[in-house]
Amino acid sequence: MICMLSGNEAVARGAWEAGVAFASAYPGTPSTEILENFAHFPNVYAEWAPNEKVAVDAAVGAAYAGRRALTTMKHVGLNVAADALMYAAMTGIEGGLVIVSADDPAMHSSQNEQDNRNLARLARIPCLEPSDSQEAKDLTIAAYELSERFDTPVLLRMTTRVCHSSSAVELGERVDVPPRVDKFPRNPAKYVMVPANARKRHPAIEQRMLDVAAAAETFPFNRAEQGDRALGIITCGIAYQYAKEVFPSASILHLGMTWPLPERLIRGFAASVDRLIVLEELDPFIEEAVRLLGIPAEGKTIFPLCGEFDPRVVRECAVRAGLLPASAHIPLAACDPGPLPARPPVLCPGCPHRSAFYVLSKLKVPVNGDIGCYTLGLVPPLNAIHTTGCMGAGIGVAHGAAKAGSPEKHVAVIGDSTFFHTGIPALINVVYNQSPVVTIIMDNRITGMTGHQQNPGTGRTLQGQPAFAIELEPLVRDLGIKHVKTVPAFEVEEIETTLKQYLKLDEPAVLITREPCALLPEGRKRWLPLEVIAEKCNGCTLCFRIGCPAIMKSSELDERTQRPKALIDAAACTGCEVCAQICPRDAITFRPEEEA
Amino acid sequence: MNDTINFLLAGVGGQGTILASDVLVNVGLAAGLAAKQAEIHGMSQRGGDVVSHVRWGKAIYSPLAGAGEVDVLLAFEKVEALRNLHYLRPGALVVINNETILPVTVTSSGQLYPDDAHVRAAATQVTSRVEFIEGAAIAGRLGNARVANVVLLGALSALLAREVLAPGLGPALAPALAAETWLAIIAQRVPAKYLALNQQAFQAGREAALQQVTSS
Repeated sequence: MICMLSGNEAVARGAWEAGVAFASAYPGTPSTEILENFAHFPNVYAEWAPNEKVAVDAAVGAAYAGRRALTTMKHVGLNVAADALMYAAMTGIEGGLVIVSADDPAMHSSQNEQDNRNLARLARIPCLEPSDSQEAKDLTIAAYELSERFDTPVLLRMTTRVCHSSSAVELGERVDVPPRVDKFPRNPAKYVMVPANARKRHPAIEQRMLDVAAAAETFPFNRAEQGDRALGIITCGIAYQYAKEVFPSASILHLGMTWPLPERLIRGFAASVDRLIVLEELDPFIEEAVRLLGIPAEGKTIFPLCGEFDPRVVRECAVRAGLLPASAHIPLAACDPGPLPARPPVLCPGCPHRSAFYVLSKLKVPVNGDIGCYTLGLVPPLNAIHTTGCMGAGIGVAHGAAKAGSPEKHVAVIGDSTFFHTGIPALINVVYNQSPVVTIIMDNRITGMTGHQQNPGTGRTLQGQPAFAIELEPLVRDLGIKHVKTVPAFEVEEIETTLKQYLKLDEPAVLITREPCALLPEGRKRWLPLEVIAEKCNGCTLCFRIGCPAIMKSSELDERTQRPKALIDAAACTGCEVCAQICPRDAITFRPEEEA
Repeated sequence: MNDTINFLLAGVGGQGTILASDVLVNVGLAAGLAAKQAEIHGMSQRGGDVVSHVRWGKAIYSPLAGAGEVDVLLAFEKVEALRNLHYLRPGALVVINNETILPVTVTSSGQLYPDDAHVRAAATQVTSRVEFIEGAAIAGRLGNARVANVVLLGALSALLAREVLAPGLGPALAPALAAETWLAIIAQRVPAKYLALNQQAFQAGREAALQQVTSS
């Protein structure tokens, strides 16, 4: 049967067909849908782990126990899991282990665009790269075969365009793979990485990579497509599709395995063409390896190092480099739509994060933010986030700034899921080394940004089972925070009073703001639009400063101030009442009494 | 291109562009064409703009069309139509949902939203074939604003059938232009309790588009 699948759906399908029994992951765009889809297949176990390192350790455990295991993450998730990646590369496995890294060229929703093929090379493990959904499925299956044949974890490197584009896939059946060991192995020479054992493992994994490189010569997804000899293109991943599109007659060497590289295949291909180029997004990873073989090749002198490609980028670069005639240039239609209003992502109407950011922007304190929807507290008119680096960074950055003598009190802002991910050790540091950092945990009862995944605080697992819901208050208290308060997230005044009080302390404090995400079913149930009482509104603009997309400028002007009055979009307003609370003229209705 | 049709769907998070592009790519597949689709989601769910590419053809490699290569733009919102005009080849078909969704930069930061005359004038710089469809109003009359995306698909299906697109595909294109193909895919994609509503929305979109082109 042929189905239209996204790259992520295809990886999930491939893992299922390959007989994978266990999967653990932390959500992260563009990888999230792999586990979400895998979790629905019969006879599999799949879980959200609190972070990527824990997920990789768990998958390693399953693989040591002889079961085929899957772990998936976005590219920066592999930084979190790098320690686990490195030891798993050293020990090898019993059952197949595939680690999916979904890289994000162009940073559609990421803080950097690192090229994780480098991590496969660093760890001495094979790296496979699909160029469409069929290959995503086929290479996932091939990855398990390689993993078990060569006793190694395998990195399956995806990119946003492969994860989130759909193409036709031929579905297959699941192969039931019995566990490869009966009992958990007692093999300390292989699995206990004390120095004496590790020293023996290092040459073993170097030899392993030589063996994989030999197999790469005949790996079926490394293939030369002989065309015109004038131009040869070595390419991989989504760039292969652009190469086929833009250079229909060129010779192409498609690499499905981008580490280790098949030296003989590359030499033979290079010798068969007059001019050799390497077409790859991000780093000159293949290009440099090819040049190290002493083979002249061009790549990043022609195509961009930063951002992602598309057919136009490739074509126009090729025209400039003389690879294509000037006639291949596609002129753009002459049109000037004039200045258009920007449409940045913003906190949704009814978002429970808005109120605290409104208060923070009023208090003008430095705010060290984190990764999640609440990073949007950065956007005008709130302007209430001043640093954001990676998952769990905010609390640590605030602590360091405070201890180093930053003259203002620092506030760290972190979401519930991110707190479980890497916030807890940072908060322990705040307690242990005593900095007067005020941490706001914005608990919206879900992992929001990636599209509503369960987490250790929600009371549900990925596969829908009830779970113990970890409570933040006792957890934070037990870490040693003396000042802990939970405030309903829409109570603007109470948030302000609490923050002002905490900012006067010389000790760590934690404010938890709590309301379910406005887009959750339990949030939606309460939607009830508010109204502006036009006679009372004088166009003071205060309600515009909360940056709510449901509050608009009315065409009606206030007679005295000549400023536009406020107007609430009933289709967008959820009735969170944050605007009603800050309106100095009581010009915005509250919910009826029984609703409140 | 002679044997390829490149679609671009542009809108605002929450308007159902992703479902629409999912239907469109599956129509291509069901009709026996090569078809690919690409979209970006993530930040776009938070009220940002959303763009998705769908390509049909004899052989499709890239899931994306480059700027200057799009044959059909289906815009779910007026400013989002203008934001993507550079993708169009001259003479492309442009279908615009006559709906305004004011971004927060207009409601609270004072940026200006262009008026309808400007929207039409800007689009007609690239192509004379610009159709405005009252997708939101029609969906509202059917009792559910959320089916505007299917109204637009209905309109698109009717307008496409009148186009001379991808002559290299010859009769292979015919099944992809048949309303039954689209309705069959929609039936697979929407929850059963909303199926009748979505079927009505699709037909209403077709009728609105056909009425418009015959009366103009």
